[in-house]
Amino acid sequence: MSRAETAVPRELGEVRTPSPLWTFGLLRSELVTTFRRWRTLALLAVLAAVPVLVGIAVKIETSDGSSAGPGRGGGGGGPAFIAQITNNGLFLVFTALAATLPFFLPMAIGVVAGDAIAGEANAGTLRYLLVAPAGRTRLLLTKYATVLAFCLVATLVVAASALAVGAVLFPLGDLTTISGTRISFADGLGRALLIALVVAASLIGIAALGLFISTLTNSGIAAMATTVGLLISVQILDQIPQLHALQPYFFSHYWLSFADLMRDPVYWDDLTKNLGLQALYAAVFGSAAWARFTARDITA
Amino acid sequence: MDEASAPEPDRAEPGDSVIATHALTKRYRGGQLAVDGLDLTVPAGSVFGFLGPNGSGKTTTIRMLMGLIEPTSGTARVLGRPMPRSSRAVLPHVGALIEGPALYGFLSGRDNLIRYDAADPTADPRTRRARVAAALERVGLMAAAGKKARAYSLGMKQRLGLAAALLQPRRLLVLDEPTNGLDPQGMREIRSLVRELASDGTTVFLSSHLLDEIEQVCTHAAVMAQGRLITQGAVSDLAAGARGRLVVTTPDAGEAARVLKEQGAADVVVAEDRVTAEPPDRDLAEVNAALVTAGVRVRGFGVERASLEDAFVALTGEGFDVAG
Repeated sequence: MSRAETAVPRELGEVRTPSPLWTFGLLRSELVTTFRRWRTLALLAVLAAVPVLVGIAVKIETSDGSSAGPGRGGGGGGPAFIAQITNNGLFLVFTALAATLPFFLPMAIGVVAGDAIAGEANAGTLRYLLVAPAGRTRLLLTKYATVLAFCLVATLVVAASALAVGAVLFPLGDLTTISGTRISFADGLGRALLIALVVAASLIGIAALGLFISTLTNSGIAAMATTVGLLISVQILDQIPQLHALQPYFFSHYWLSFADLMRDPVYWDDLTKNLGLQALYAAVFGSAAWARFTARDITA
Repeated sequence: MDEASAPEPDRAEPGDSVIATHALTKRYRGGQLAVDGLDLTVPAGSVFGFLGPNGSGKTTTIRMLMGLIEPTSGTARVLGRPMPRSSRAVLPHVGALIEGPALYGFLSGRDNLIRYDAADPTADPRTRRARVAAALERVGLMAAAGKKARAYSLGMKQRLGLAAALLQPRRLLVLDEPTNGLDPQGMREIRSLVRELASDGTTVFLSSHLLDEIEQVCTHAAVMAQGRLITQGAVSDLAAGARGRLVVTTPDAGEAARVLKEQGAADVVVAEDRVTAEPPDRDLAEVNAALVTAGVRVRGFGVERASLEDAFVALTGEGFDVAG
């Protein structure tokens, strides 16, 4: 990084010109601060524990040689792909993501996004960041980037934990897609990674929504609770058939479309709809958060 | 808000003031008028005491000066630039402690400062550790630098907040109640730190509700009450506004009071062996001679300087610790 000068600035206008890379310095500080928080680590630990529980449950249930999933004991069927785990541990990755995407993952995002601005306001640290001066737009962008990084890390934690548990408890090898074709294990790993990325991208919408809510209040807890509450409400409304005209606009409506990546050839329709919808949420609520945060009186 | 720190030449600052507000007003959304037509001028190089009871609008004013709150009307210029529009050019030159320190409890004292320094676009990351260490040293917090801020006492938090304001050389320091939560020893240290910074040429804007604190360190002061500015000026002028009182200590109080009245002293008050009065407009040596000639046995004779508190009471007609 090149520096214009390091001399003590005495006159206004003689300030060291900030390097364009400065924003990344702020981002790094933000990432370090977020991931050193005990709460963040606890959320990741809970997410990592889900595949372990699913893996062990499937192992115990099938230890008598029978297969898990639909057709056994009249159960509801469980998350997608659960029946195939015993044949191939890689399917635990898909199952774990399908199990955490409706609630655990977005809840974790809601907590981190809701706390982003409101938590700093609550602690009073927001005013000191702003008089530093971090700049409101930059601070908001940095916060959003950090929440997105958390989306990716959280998803990868679930996937990695599932892969590890799957490898330990079950055999690995070539696998059968939903369409019935066989693909190699390496190809399957690639698709697992792709699915993790799509799942992480599915969380962009709620991340933007949470950040917007976070700019509305000075209470971190209130922002988190509101975001998670909205998540639950939307999930419930998405189940009510009378609302089918609205449902395509719910951020969670196409979440489970990631399973289409396991078709051969891949069925892209719902996947693109999902990504488009997430981009729309990011644009709408990102702008709303910006409009609110840059015009707001910081009284906390 | 994002005006670049481009080399727009410094405008000539009227009277070389570091802070200048004109008719600065803030009405909160509830309709409450927090600051009402404030015309404040802080001369460069001064230690400026900003006085007022709790709720008098001091903090709202400071937040407007720091670009945290948008004024309802009026203008504020800091270091010659309009706020909050020039925040990005002005604030790197300003160190601030606003309404007490705010820290990340799960980070160590040192990491808190590193975090705040990273938020300053003009701070050089290569010198960050050294500057953080120097700031910790300056407020006497080096020994506790590695401790989590959560475990800090109020006084230590206050010191860490001050350290954050001192991470870079500043032209202006805005310190809102800097001695809150400190023991007398800590208060003394902060005062000597403020004097030291001022002697380096930094303008210090110090808000407080402690009159003697202002009187001890400030060269200039302004008094606010109920959102309005009551007075501002050099501390010596303010105190001179309320005249000192002549004090005579004597066992012959009654006789002394009679002589003083004779000599033209007004408002004579007798309290046991102490007689006080407004000094007459003549040489006090003659007044003393007259007392002795009249056979008054004088133990003590002198003028007690008016304190800022006297000035404040004279200005507002009320005690100081009244919440607005």
